[in-house]
Order: sequence, then structure tokens, then C-alpha cells
Amino acid sequence: MIKLSLILGLLMACTPMVHADETPGAPASAVAAPSAAPTPAPTAPFMLAADKLSSGDTAWMLTSTALVLMMCVPGLALFYGGMVRKKNVLATLMQSFACTCVVTILWWVIGYSWAFTPGSAFLGGASRALFDGLRYVHGDGGSSLSVSHLAPTIPESVYAMFQMTFAIITPALIAGAFADRMKFSAMLLFLSAWSLLVYAPIAHMVWEPTGWLNAAGVLDYAGGTVVHINAGIAGLASCIVLGKRLGYGREAMPPHNLTYTLIGASLLWVGWFGFNAGSAVAADGRAGMAMLATQMATGAAALGWMFTEWLGKGKPSVLGIASGAVAGLVAITPASGYVAPTGAVIIGAAAGVVCYFAATTLKHAFRYDDSLDAFGVHGIGGILGALLTGVFFSKELTGVDSSIGHQLFTQLKGVLTTVVYGFAVSYVLLIVIDKTLGLRVTEEQEREGLDISLHGESIE
Amino acid sequence: MKLVCAVIKPFKLDEVRKAINDIGVHGMTVTEVRGFGRQRGHTEIYRGAEYVVEFVPKSKIEIAVTDALVDQVVEAIQKSAHTGKVGDGKIFVFALTHVVRVRTGERDAGAI
Repeated sequence: MIKLSLILGLLMACTPMVHADETPGAPASAVAAPSAAPTPAPTAPFMLAADKLSSGDTAWMLTSTALVLMMCVPGLALFYGGMVRKKNVLATLMQSFACTCVVTILWWVIGYSWAFTPGSAFLGGASRALFDGLRYVHGDGGSSLSVSHLAPTIPESVYAMFQMTFAIITPALIAGAFADRMKFSAMLLFLSAWSLLVYAPIAHMVWEPTGWLNAAGVLDYAGGTVVHINAGIAGLASCIVLGKRLGYGREAMPPHNLTYTLIGASLLWVGWFGFNAGSAVAADGRAGMAMLATQMATGAAALGWMFTEWLGKGKPSVLGIASGAVAGLVAITPASGYVAPTGAVIIGAAAGVVCYFAATTLKHAFRYDDSLDAFGVHGIGGILGALLTGVFFSKELTGVDSSIGHQLFTQLKGVLTTVVYGFAVSYVLLIVIDKTLGLRVTEEQEREGLDISLHGESIE
Repeated sequence: MKLVCAVIKPFKLDEVRKAINDIGVHGMTVTEVRGFGRQRGHTEIYRGAEYVVEFVPKSKIEIAVTDALVDQVVEAIQKSAHTGKVGDGKIFVFALTHVVRVRTGERDAGAI
């Protein structure tokens, strides 16, 4: 409670000085706060007359929500599905699709409330459990509805749904690390527990004003920390606990269909405009800058990966350029609304080169089997992006007036918290599931392929 | 009667079909196969992991012919499938004892 009033005071003190969206440490979503509001910014969801909303913002956020959902199904499903062997394609597509459905329900049960309502420094409250209080009331004297304090110009239904799509894709990303060998039942249980015990708290800490990393001034525009570092480190934990795939390093494991992978990567790219430009929670100038930065970084990263591979291995590969594009999208995520186009190009290029070495050299040096490089691309790309946000953030765009050294240190706090908390909780969850339900399929099932052995289906 | 079986480069298939058609052979069976011979395989690299592909994709054709046509058919295949590079393939000729046309029940030469 002391902390809460402290932050409240801080927010109020800041309000007269700067535009609400320039408040240090404010989430991207605060952008939409009406600048002319004479009263202090609300700190919890509240009811509002429907005509006070912005139809432009609402239209863009409805669109963004659909775009981000498209990133997971079919985007991520195809991106991953094309990279596995033919016997595991359906199982891999199934992981993304089932994750989408399960997280949808969990978000309604308590996920949204734990992430985006005020609470302690580490977890939100339970007031929005089962979307309790999330309302739209159609009345004779005009309609009214609930809005989130993080997005006061759009209906809370749209904000909760927009954030739901982020909660959906994050656990689905982890599947890239444990592809080809985890039991479906164990995966459902792990992703469900992870969504509530890791995703919701980290999202709260970084994005909700009562969260301590938010108060500490960590800049994470669209989820570099919450989504990518978080998923990447959980991926690392899962491939360590599960062990390598049978025959890893001895048998050939070529991707089954890189056409799927390229289509998936392209859908991710397009969907990411909803992810990053949508994180402005408004149809405004910052959304435009975020979109531009996203495009610049992605192009630069794809080329960075492609040329590095070309120089090192002799040929520019399709899988390489697609992986590079995703690495760039990951790295620009925390920075997109905060950096100028030049900073975005540098962040992207760096991500392309660094993630190339993470997926090719680092993985082999440490001998873990991160099947589809969930950690190599999302973990490493996310960490790089989070740190470089502290270097390239623009004062003009953020209003943050701290030195690079100071901001870098703040960013490091966010990175370390997520890495340590995410790794520890994921590791414990995996061990518990392994000891009870069992985590890995039998050797016979793995040899036969998960499509037939887990789902009773096959392609061709 | 003979069964002429040839393993050729897949992109030469259409030329071979045309060549044997021109000398009056109106039927062949094609299978996509993989194999190795003197032509070495190739290396594929996926995110730094290198896999050597030992078996090269080829097309296998089978043609049943009367004894009179065997030499012409073999020559036509050899010429039309030829590129001069390693991996052009091989032609095998087997003795053929019986042929039956399923639709009419015709036998041997009449069924080819």
C-alpha cells in the first residue's frame, strides 16, 4: 500500500510537467491518456460514457488484435511447422493452436486480472476474474462501459482482448525449444501453469503502473522482456530439462517444408505491426513511428543474418533470411515506440548477426538442443533488444531524460528479473510435471513421430 | 521381348519420352527414385547444422519392347538422357517372359 501511494504521488507529480505519454516508466499504453484531463490519471479500470471514447483508436485496436492473433495461428504454427521433420508437423501445428485455445480460457479465468489490474508490485488483483466488471451498458440516456486505466480511449473489452493475444503467443513461442519430444498432456499443463505463474506476473511487473519494474522505469514498449525474453528463457529451461532429441547431432533432421516456414515468418512480420504499432493503444503518431521502426529493423536484421551466413557458410539460405527477419522483429519489440528509424536499423542489424551466432555457434558450444531456436532467437534477440533500447531510446519520443548508462542499468534490471524468475519457475514446473505426469514421450513414440503416436494422424 | 529399365536425371525425362515416342514406342512407366553412383551427394545447411544428402533424386523408367526394337530404344534413351556429366544414369535390359494386357487378355507381343 505504501508503494502504491508512492507511485500515485509520483504519477501526479509528473502530470503537470509532461504529457501523460512521456511519463518516465509509463507503459506504452498510457499514450492515449487525454492530455487535457484536469484530474489525475486513473489508476484502476473505471466506467466511462461511451461517447468519450476515440473511435479511431478503437478501430485500430480491433484491427491490431486480429493481427496479433494471426501471428500465432497460423503465423507461428506454420513458421515452426515447416521447420520440423515430416513425422512431427501436425503435432507442432497443434501446439500453437491448442495453446491459443487454452490461454483464451485462462485469460478469462484470472490471467487478465493478475496482469492488468492494480495490485502488489509483483501481481495484480483478482477484481477482473472471469472478466467480472468488464461491462458495456446500453442505456436510454447514452451508453457507458468500462475502460482500462492503461487504455482510457478504447473499451476495456478491446484492451483485454488485445492483451489476450499477447498472452497467447508467448507460451506458444516456447514450443520451439521442446518441439519433437514433449508429451501433449505435459505441454498443456506446462503452458497453462506458465501462463498464470510466469507470464501474468512479469506482464504486471513491467506494464501495470503498480508493477515494480514499471515504477523502476524499465522501457519495454511492446514486450521484448515480457514476451520474448520470457518465452526464450522458458524455452532454454525446457530443452535442458527434456534433454536432446533422439539422434540429435548424429541423424539428419532437415526441415520438412521451408515454404511453410517462409509463409509463417511473413505472417509474423505483418502481424507484428499489430503487436508493435498496436502497443501505442492509439491510432497516433507514436503508432506510426513504431510501425516504421519495426519495418526498418526487420529488413536490417534479415540482411544481417543473410550476409553473415553467406560469408560463413557460402550460401544465403531461405531459412536464414526468414530467421533473421524474426530476430529483428523480436529485438525491435521493446524499442519500437522509443527509437528513431536509424536506431531501429542498428538494433535490427545487430540482432541479425548476434542471433545467427546464437542459433548456430552458441547452441552447439553449450550442447543444448533448442530444436527450433526459441532461446537463440527470442531469448537472445529479446535481451539484445531490451539492452539496446537503453542505448538508442530517443528523448524526443520517450520524454525520458536519463543518461544512457543509467537507462542501460535500468534495462538490465528488467532483463535479469525476467531471466532469473522465468528460468527458475519454468524449471521447477517442468521438474514437477516430469516427476508426476511425465514430460517426454517414449523412445518408440519419438521414433515413430508425434503425429501418429500422439494424435493418430499423419500427412501424406 | 525385353524390359528396358533406365535410371536418368529427372529433368531429362521429357526428352527421353519424346525420343522413344518418335521410334514408335507408346508406353512407359516412371518412378521417382533416389540412389547413389559415381555422382556424389550434396550438403544442406540449416542454421549451421550440416547434413550430407547421400542419395540423389533420379527418375526410373521402365519400357517393355519387342526384341526388334531393343537396340533402337536403348540408343534413343542413351542419346536423349545424355549430358556428358557424372550422374547421367544407367540403362539395364532384362529378358521378359510374359506380358498380358489387362483390358483384353492379349498376350506377349500383341500386348506390348
